[in-house]
Amino acid sequence: MTAAVPILRAEGISKNYGSKAILKEVSLALDRGEVKVLIGPSGAGKSTLLQCLNLLVMPDAGRIWLEGREVDRSRRKGLYGYRRQVGMIFQDFNLFDHLNALENVRIALVRVKKMDRDAARERAMNELAKVGLQDHADKYPAQLSGGQKQRVSIARALAMDPKIMLLDEPTSALDPELIGEVMIVIRDLVQAGMTMIMATHQIGFAATLADEMIFMEDGAVIEAGPPAKLMTAAECERTRAFCSKIGELYGESA
Amino acid sequence: MGEWFYLEHEMLPALLRGLWVSLGLIAPAAAAGLVLGIGVASARVYGARPLRSLASIYTVLFRGVPLVVQLFIWYFGLPHVGVYLSPYIASVVAFSLCSAAYHSEYIRGALLSIKRGQMQAALALGFTRFQGIRSIILPQALRRALPGCGNEIIYLIKYSSLAYMVTCIELTGEAKILASHSFKYTEVFLVVGVLYLAMVSIAGRVLGAVEARLSLPGFERHRL
Ligand SMILES: Nc1ncnc2c1ncn2[C@@H]1O[C@H](COP(=O)(O)OP(=O)(O)OP(=O)(O)O)[C@@H](O)[C@H]1O
Ligand SMILES: [Mg+2]
Repeated sequence: MTAAVPILRAEGISKNYGSKAILKEVSLALDRGEVKVLIGPSGAGKSTLLQCLNLLVMPDAGRIWLEGREVDRSRRKGLYGYRRQVGMIFQDFNLFDHLNALENVRIALVRVKKMDRDAARERAMNELAKVGLQDHADKYPAQLSGGQKQRVSIARALAMDPKIMLLDEPTSALDPELIGEVMIVIRDLVQAGMTMIMATHQIGFAATLADEMIFMEDGAVIEAGPPAKLMTAAECERTRAFCSKIGELYGESA
Repeated sequence: MGEWFYLEHEMLPALLRGLWVSLGLIAPAAAAGLVLGIGVASARVYGARPLRSLASIYTVLFRGVPLVVQLFIWYFGLPHVGVYLSPYIASVVAFSLCSAAYHSEYIRGALLSIKRGQMQAALALGFTRFQGIRSIILPQALRRALPGCGNEIIYLIKYSSLAYMVTCIELTGEAKILASHSFKYTEVFLVVGVLYLAMVSIAGRVLGAVEARLSLPGFERHRL
């Protein structure tokens, strides 16, 4: 495998709900360590795209390659194996409510990776420590703050050693004072070289991390480029309008 | 024959014998009913279409047909197709299948109350659907379904008395025989009533203890 092969490549991803086209032949590719940020108005299809990339939602058309190998989604084994290598962070965390923080991180190691219990426990503890939650290992989701929950969910995804992470508005459900702690974890992740696609409305924060920003609207990629270019000198009028509006909305310099 | 003599040497031994038979009906039927109910509910919520329809038909049938009729079918009906069940086995089968249909309703409701994101998160980690149901969805759903399922077990204790209709002589059956021989209907059935009450109270205690044991932060039952 040469360095030129992208970690993840998707071609012509389309999705319809009923007669409505939600995604219209979206294509993208990420190299190792690359960070791409998805922006766009509500309903643009960002979440749907991320879920299609993880095959949590089956696209109606399109092909996906992981490290140059096409994902055969007609075969269950291929599908489950693929999802395991792609980490997913949800807007509303989706921690397993009946498991404490440690068990949340550990369960997939035991059930999916078939690690033995003690090794899985140790690994889970390490991942929790990395997001600063080693002291909260035995707390249940109902006992954690939103920011802590999202950090546990990041630890849970990282424990699987994903090749790429998909983050769907990881800070949108958080109170303003809790956003920072999650951003720090994400920034550390980027600095550690994780490949990722993140949908977000925090475009100021995203701009500092992203190699490329992708502006989506009505299920299609309107414009993509370096953050500085997209936010200040976008070619497309709609991109510019969106960036300036969202900049005002979130009080960030756009 | 003195009252005490009758009580000690005829009534109590007979009723205790009946009580054992009752417990022998209730315990396996409760366990089998719950396990089958979990399967039926999971099939109804997560099964492929044919399985889902089959499970729905099951529930409609076994909740809709009176239990006595079901008992008769297992005991008197099956021999017509060459299957002979003992009164005891016919009763356990009937109670288990009927109980499962009710359990499945409570569990189905609980399964539907679990947020979609739980399964999504499991799938995103590489769980198969079956693994997701088993290790993520069911442990949560069963905690929520526990009060309903407990109720169903309490009912089972009481409808187990129908077994005497197919000549499985359990507590109520023994009582009937005793009473018709001695004409001491009031005394005999008073004692029987107390015994059922005791069984139900003990079951209630046990279920309460199980609920407390399985309670987790976020799954407590709040008494407002
Ligand atoms: N399961 C579904 N069934 C029908 N329509 C859906 C479904 N999921 C999403 N949609 C529709 O698809 C469109 C895109 O939704 P999506 O959640 O991907 O947008 P988004 O860009 O993530 O928006 P937001 O910023 O609000 O999260 C919306 O119009 C939505 O109503
Ligand atoms: Mg979204």
